[in-house]
This record gives sequence, C-alpha cells and structure tokens, in this order.
Amino acid sequence: MGNLFIASLIDGLLIGFVYGIAAMGLSLIWGVMNVINLAHAPIMALAMFGVYLLFTSLNMNPYIALILIALIGLIGGVIIYYVAIHRVLSAPPLSTLLATYAVNMIMIGLGTATFSTTPRNVNFTLGSIGSGDLTVQGTRLVAAIVATVVTGALYFFLYRTRPGKNIRAVANNRAAAELMGIPSSRVLALSFGLGTLLAAVAGGLIATFFPFTILAGNAYQLKSFVIVVLGGLGNPIGSLLGGLILGVMEGVIPIFMPNSWVPVLEFILFVIILLVRPTGLFGAKK
Amino acid sequence: MKQLKSIGLWVSLLAVAALGIGPIANHSASLRETIYIIMQVIVLAASLNILLGFTGYVSFGHIVFFGLGGYVGLYLINAQDWPLWSAALAGGLASGLLAFLLGKAILRLRGAYFALATIGINEAVRAFTNNFDPFGGPIGMTLNFKVYNSYGGAANALWMAYYAVFAIALLAVVLNFVVKNSKFGLGLMAIREDEGAAEVMGVITPNAKTWAFVLSAILPGIVGTLFFFKNGHIEPGDAFRLDYSIEMLVIVMLGGQGSVLGPILGAAGYEGLRNYLLTSPLFKNIQLSVAGALLLVIVLFIPAGAVGWLRRRVPIFGKVLA
Repeated sequence: MGNLFIASLIDGLLIGFVYGIAAMGLSLIWGVMNVINLAHAPIMALAMFGVYLLFTSLNMNPYIALILIALIGLIGGVIIYYVAIHRVLSAPPLSTLLATYAVNMIMIGLGTATFSTTPRNVNFTLGSIGSGDLTVQGTRLVAAIVATVVTGALYFFLYRTRPGKNIRAVANNRAAAELMGIPSSRVLALSFGLGTLLAAVAGGLIATFFPFTILAGNAYQLKSFVIVVLGGLGNPIGSLLGGLILGVMEGVIPIFMPNSWVPVLEFILFVIILLVRPTGLFGAKK
Repeated sequence: MKQLKSIGLWVSLLAVAALGIGPIANHSASLRETIYIIMQVIVLAASLNILLGFTGYVSFGHIVFFGLGGYVGLYLINAQDWPLWSAALAGGLASGLLAFLLGKAILRLRGAYFALATIGINEAVRAFTNNFDPFGGPIGMTLNFKVYNSYGGAANALWMAYYAVFAIALLAVVLNFVVKNSKFGLGLMAIREDEGAAEVMGVITPNAKTWAFVLSAILPGIVGTLFFFKNGHIEPGDAFRLDYSIEMLVIVMLGGQGSVLGPILGAAGYEGLRNYLLTSPLFKNIQLSVAGALLLVIVLFIPAGAVGWLRRRVPIFGKVLA
C-alpha cells in the first residue's frame, strides 16, 4: 500500500508537469489577450501526430522531433493569430471564442480526413527506473524534465528578454504599451504563437507515453481548463502548480475509488474553485 | 409599431411552420428525420438565445439540460412506466430545477469565468452519470421496445415525437418573442448592455438572470426526453456532448443573437449546409473543415449574424424582423 501510494504519487506528479505546460499555453494566451483558445485541443493532437510521423517514417528521436514540432507550433500559432484572431480581438468575447472554435473545426476536419480516428502510439521506450512497485517510466521522467526546462525558458524569456518584456507590457495594458512604441499586434501574435508552442510541446510529450487519436486533444483541453482555473487565469506558474495538483489527483484517487470517479471530483473541484475563488488558488492577473 | 413587431413573430412562426409541414405533407420518414433534427436545434438555439442573446451570458455547457432531461425522462418511462408526455415534462422540470439551483451561484460569474463554469458543470454531470447506476452508468439505458406499443407501434411513436418537437419549436419561438417584448426581457437586455447600470435602474439582476437561466433550461430538457425516446437509447457520451453545445452557440451567432428569427435561420442554415456537405462527394470527407472555414468567414466579416445583416441591408427588415 505504501509503495503503491508513493508510485502513484510520483506517476501523477510527472504527468502533472506535462498537464501544467499544456495549461500554461492556454493561460498565457488568456493573460495577454483575454482569449480562450478553443483550438488548443487540435494543436495538441496534431503535435502528437507530428511526433508520431517523424518517429515512424524518418526514425527521428522523439525528443528531436519535439523541437521541430515546437517550432512549427510557434509559426502555426502566429498564422492562426493573424488569420482568425486579430480582426475580432476587440469584438465581444463570443467572437474570439467562435473564431478559435472555427479554427478547431478546420484542423480537426483536416486531421480526421488525413489520419482517420484510429488510435496510434509512438513505440518508443526509455526503460524504467526503480524496482517492484516503485518503478518510473523513463519517458515520463524525461517528459517532466522537458516540461520543467520549458517552463524555466518561458520565464527567462518573459522576464529577461526584450520581446518577453513587451509581452508582459501588452498584457498589463495594451494601450499604454502602444504609446510606449511597442508594436502590439506583433507582440500579440508572438504570445499566441508561444501559447500554441506550449500546447504542441505538451502534445508531443504525451505522445511518447500514451496512445492517442486525432480527437485525443479534447480531453487534455478540458483538463487544461480545470488547471488554468486552479492556478488562476493568466498566471502561467500557477498553471504548472495546478497541473501538478491535477496529476496527483489522477494518480492517487484511483487507489481509493474507481477510476471513473476521478473526472467527477476534478470537475466538481473546478466549479467550486470558480465559485469560491475565481482568481484561482495562486491568484490571477487583475 | 406594435403591429410591426407582431409581424416579426408571424414571420418567425411561418418559417418554422413551413419547415415542419414538409414531412407531414408527403409522409416521408427520411425527410422527417432531417427536419426533426432542425426542429430540435431550433428549440435548443432559441432557448440558448434567452440567455446568450438577451442576457449576454455565454453558456458553453448548455447541452447539460438536454442530456439531463433525456436521462430523467427515459428513466421515468423505462423504470417507472410513466407515459411519454409526463416524463418529458418531468425532464424539462428537472432541467429547470438544476438551472434554478445552479443559477444564483454561477451567474455571479461574468464573461469567460461563467463560460468555463458551464463547461465544468456539463463535464461534472457527464462524469457523474457515468458512475450513477440507476441511470445505467457508462452503458446508459436502452428503452424497452414494448414501450412503443402503447403509442401504436414504433413507426407511430416516431411520428408522435415529431409532432411534439414541431409544437415545441413553435412554442420556443413564441417564448422568445414574449420574453423579448416583456418588461422582464427589457431587464435582461439592460443586464446585457451594462449589468451595473441595470442594477442601479432597479432591475433585480440576480433574480432576473436566474429566471432567464431557468427559462432557457426547460425546453431543452423536454426535447431531450423526446429525442432519446425516439432514439431508444441514451448514454453519457451522447447526452452531454460538449461539441453539440458549441454548435448551438455557433447557430445562434450565425442567425443573429438576440433576435427571434435568428435561431431559426441559424438552425435551418447550419443543418442544411451540413446535410449538403455530408452528402456531396467533394466535401464529404472534409465537411467539418468547410463548415469551420465558413464559420470563420462569418465571424470575421458578418459579426451581427444573418438577421443583423439583413436588417442593415434591407431597411424594411429593420422594422419587421423580430
């Protein structure tokens, strides 16, 4: 029991890091431009397929593939911003929701037509560490490390570099930032790109240890919503902590009750947090 | 002015009636199935319109009321031998009750927070039904085929469900019109424009919002029972489909939010387009993408929806379309 508990806890924590960066992408976009990105799910799913295709057809190491996928995610996000979001950014909130949902439909439609909905998995393993009940899959450990590095890099970028500071300035007050000579639309495009990059990295990492379909992103997008609310909308580091909480819940709850109760508890927690503390456990922007 | 306004109601009712008469006139079962879905979408979209269009609250998980109504209704028919009509009514009331209980709490949230909360509620209810044994858990419930016998056989029961959904679609249109032209509706629209100002002007906003939420939940609950009665089977994945919920938002937006005719135009247009795309050999595989691209174009360039566009382009419509 003790060992099982610790093993589940560790497993949950490791997955939690990956959930965390997926949610961070959503939270960053919300924090900078008050847009809920409903295209989060297909971006994650397409990243899974990207890693899968590079691995199976080019025999590329999944982690090298991940770098490539992250770059494509960044560029894709910038394109999505200019095509779908830029024009409706100052329109009522429903418009941006529908615009991102339209992007979601386009991507899922094309994805389903190309890949069908059959499950795939990346047949890649890094072995495991430990013994008996206390084993940790290598891929999950590496995923957690990658997620931590990505978070660190994001914070370095946002706090120590010029474009990062521009992003924070625009998030803080777009009009004032423009008066200071910051090209706000380019900065917004970059932030959206960063958000999709994080989604893509999370998707790619998940592909290394879970099977997936083109529709797999939906479940992770819902989890991201929960996490973002736990951590506070617009607070990226809160998202990481929220991800860890969710991961631990998913790891530990099945020891005490059937697995299918996990989402019930997750979403009840989600609604309660929204009602009691809508700024999240760790505070949000504003 | 009053007369012009009621012309708008008649235009809307006529549009629904024209759609609904088709299958009855030529006794076509396949046409009936197509129109059934459109009628159902009209009910769902018009109900959502009360909350979204008039009150300005974006409910993402509105489908929870459809699913819950379906579950409650089917359970009563199957396990308690209730007749369809009282079961459907009970389904609607159950949804209304859920909305009432949740309303005061979640309607305090605004904008994106409210939208997220409704998603959370839908998912929580879905996950809960997955574990709730009286409702069959993950397998759901299958209607005992014998139930249809008391309605003159399955074929007859399907026609009955169709007449019912047709009538409820007309009712939904009337409800939209009545709310829009009532003092209550004015209060809702004041909330949409500026909630703080509405409160200062004497609108008791928490109550008004809660009643709008309840009103927008009842009809979806009723058509939920009807649909799953017709379907003969219900399971959590079908009952609480988040993407169906988002489709309803799309339809209200396409037609024009806050108008009576909007949800009708949106429903007929969206479903018509989808049927065309699904059957055309060229688009059949990428129908979702084509629909998405069209939606994007509309959101970007015609944000007021079809009714808003018509009103602006053709001056007489500005007065007549409700």
